[in-house]
Amino acid sequence: MIEAGAIDCDIHPTVPNLKALLPYMNDHWREMVITRGMDELNSISYPTHSPITARADWKPAEGKPASTLARVQAECLDPFRTSIAICNCLYGVQLLFSEDMASAFSRAVNEWMAREWLDKDARLRASIIVQTQNVEMAVDEIERCAADPRFVQILLLASGDHPLGKRMYWPIYAAAERHNLAIGIHAGSNYHNPPTAVGWPSYYTEDYVAQAQAFQTQLTSMVCEGVFSRYGHLKVVLLESGWTWLPAHLWRLTKYWRGLRMEIPWVDRSPTEIVKSNVRLSLTPTDAPPDKAGLEKIIEHMQSDELLLFSTDYPHGQFEGMGVIPEGLSADLVRKIMVDNPRATYSRLLETVS
Amino acid sequence: MNVENHPLPGPVPTGAKSSRTAIADCDIHPVRSQPNAFDPWLPARWRAHLQTYGAGRRLGMQAGPAYPKSQPNAARRDAVPPEGGPPGSSLAFMQAQHLDPNNVALGILNPLQTGQGIANPELSAAICHATNQWQVAEWTSKDKRLRASVLVPYEFTEAAAAEIRHWAGHKDFAQVLVLSRTGEPLGNRRYWPIYEAACEAGLPVAVHAFGYGGAPISSTGWPSHYIEEMTGHAQSCQAGLASMVIEGIFERFPTLKVVMVEAGFAWAPAFGWRLDKVWEQLRTETPHLRRKPSEYLREHVWWTSQPMEEPEPRTHLLDTIDWMGWDRVLFATDYPHWDFDDPALALAVPITDAQRKSFFLENAKNLYGVQA
Repeated sequence: MIEAGAIDCDIHPTVPNLKALLPYMNDHWREMVITRGMDELNSISYPTHSPITARADWKPAEGKPASTLARVQAECLDPFRTSIAICNCLYGVQLLFSEDMASAFSRAVNEWMAREWLDKDARLRASIIVQTQNVEMAVDEIERCAADPRFVQILLLASGDHPLGKRMYWPIYAAAERHNLAIGIHAGSNYHNPPTAVGWPSYYTEDYVAQAQAFQTQLTSMVCEGVFSRYGHLKVVLLESGWTWLPAHLWRLTKYWRGLRMEIPWVDRSPTEIVKSNVRLSLTPTDAPPDKAGLEKIIEHMQSDELLLFSTDYPHGQFEGMGVIPEGLSADLVRKIMVDNPRATYSRLLETVS
Repeated sequence: MNVENHPLPGPVPTGAKSSRTAIADCDIHPVRSQPNAFDPWLPARWRAHLQTYGAGRRLGMQAGPAYPKSQPNAARRDAVPPEGGPPGSSLAFMQAQHLDPNNVALGILNPLQTGQGIANPELSAAICHATNQWQVAEWTSKDKRLRASVLVPYEFTEAAAAEIRHWAGHKDFAQVLVLSRTGEPLGNRRYWPIYEAACEAGLPVAVHAFGYGGAPISSTGWPSHYIEEMTGHAQSCQAGLASMVIEGIFERFPTLKVVMVEAGFAWAPAFGWRLDKVWEQLRTETPHLRRKPSEYLREHVWWTSQPMEEPEPRTHLLDTIDWMGWDRVLFATDYPHWDFDDPALALAVPITDAQRKSFFLENAKNLYGVQA
């Protein structure tokens, strides 16, 4: 059921090691990496050998999965007949506590992405990686990268220092709207706060499950703070969020909006309506009910066929073989998910890339 | 509060019996009539301590909520007792306004804003013990429809377990109560003595949303608004419940029953599907789990209904309860709070008589072992 021309909205080419970024740093940061003996920036969001971090058949004998273009082509782009794939690099630059260092390393990742990936396969697009501790520096990096039309999105993490609706982050959304960039929020944390509202869990399983809660929080924050009231054209894409939680969350949020909207008078549409017009979610992982009929019901509860965007989440281990499309979706919906919805979300995909 | 508010007049008690079908209300909030109402049960040392230092919480303000509520005391404006005192503080008025007209046959008391989760563990233990005695003296001994919760100082686990053992076998107590925003996730080993004592006493453990555990109410810091905090309790409760399942407390305590109170419930099915999917992928990490996470939820967890989610169309909520099981949802009003769910209006969708009876009364009777 893979549509020709599918647009894969979440793949993860991997920084093989910190050394690979050195050519994209200035002398000062190169020296800091070497002199201080810096460790790899591998986040606990994706333990290197965890079954979710890489599917068994996508693990190379040596090195990290998805760290060479040849593997990404052979394992992902070619078999899924992808016309375009959006690269969301997950390297732990956002976890650093120095805003200078986090900015410099983000910039290095973006340069590495452009030179090592985008220049080498015309199917690839990418998200701009930014740290969010210093918003001014983030906007500078967005402005720098936005000149390259192959960057189609700004990537933020699902958990950070503050909820993403806070006004301090609005210059990022203004820059996104100015340059027709989507805002992608991807699973993961900078771990500047505990991974849950009740502290640190004991198991990685809990951390990964908790990603859905982080997305729910960010959605609440962005809606309630009025991000979409101010930036009406902004598209926010929740990446690797799971999505079957969305209807129940909107029922709760919309009920509270009816009861408490005096507190946030700038939110003049129901959260459910705002999500329909401004928020999208990537398909994988599908945290599906055990039966096909259950998934059909959830699709009905979503009340829109425009919300989901195709993604393989390659090389993460979320499905077997080619089974990226869960049972229970109609052929019409699959076509919308794979082609129409991504094109409607990422306006930069419609621009000609020379 | 430093401003006057203008309560609406409440109903005049008529003494007439309601013709409505009997219900259970699994979340009623009795309130102290005045700040020193627990004094008769507090040792002199702690009375003096409260006078001098207050009940310091893991929160900056000396008193009041982190986010100003939408109503004074988060209460219905018509719930102020005619004789004075805060909403929820008068048994006579609670009877006249709620228990009698709504024909509440079984009411579960969940006192909030007492001493649970406060900074000083010994003070927490003393206030919880006083609150439990107050519940019996002022409430359950005066109205047989009401059942109390054993409040426990959950961050001081030894004292919490001792408090449960103290009340074990007392017929007025229906459950153990903890708040959802704990210092560590609720499945953490430090809390296991609470579950052990609850199982020994044959009492379910209720997890009521709210409290202040020290961490922000999200994994990404403090939000700005009360609506975000209120919505966020669902996420906070998901983290606590995930911890209970993944740490394996239902394997360790196979008779444990957990009641999620005022956390919403419509999120439960998708939460279970996600737990199952992630567990299947990562199951080598948790060899102590022998069943799918959703199976533990289905068998061990009950859910109170208020604040009931309101999809459009409302019938979507029936799919949700079908997934959860009609035997696991317990009606609750949250009296006297502003987001009270009226039993005459709640779940205004076509359901069978059997479903209605389960939801409004039978599930609670079965869970709490009460003949109401």
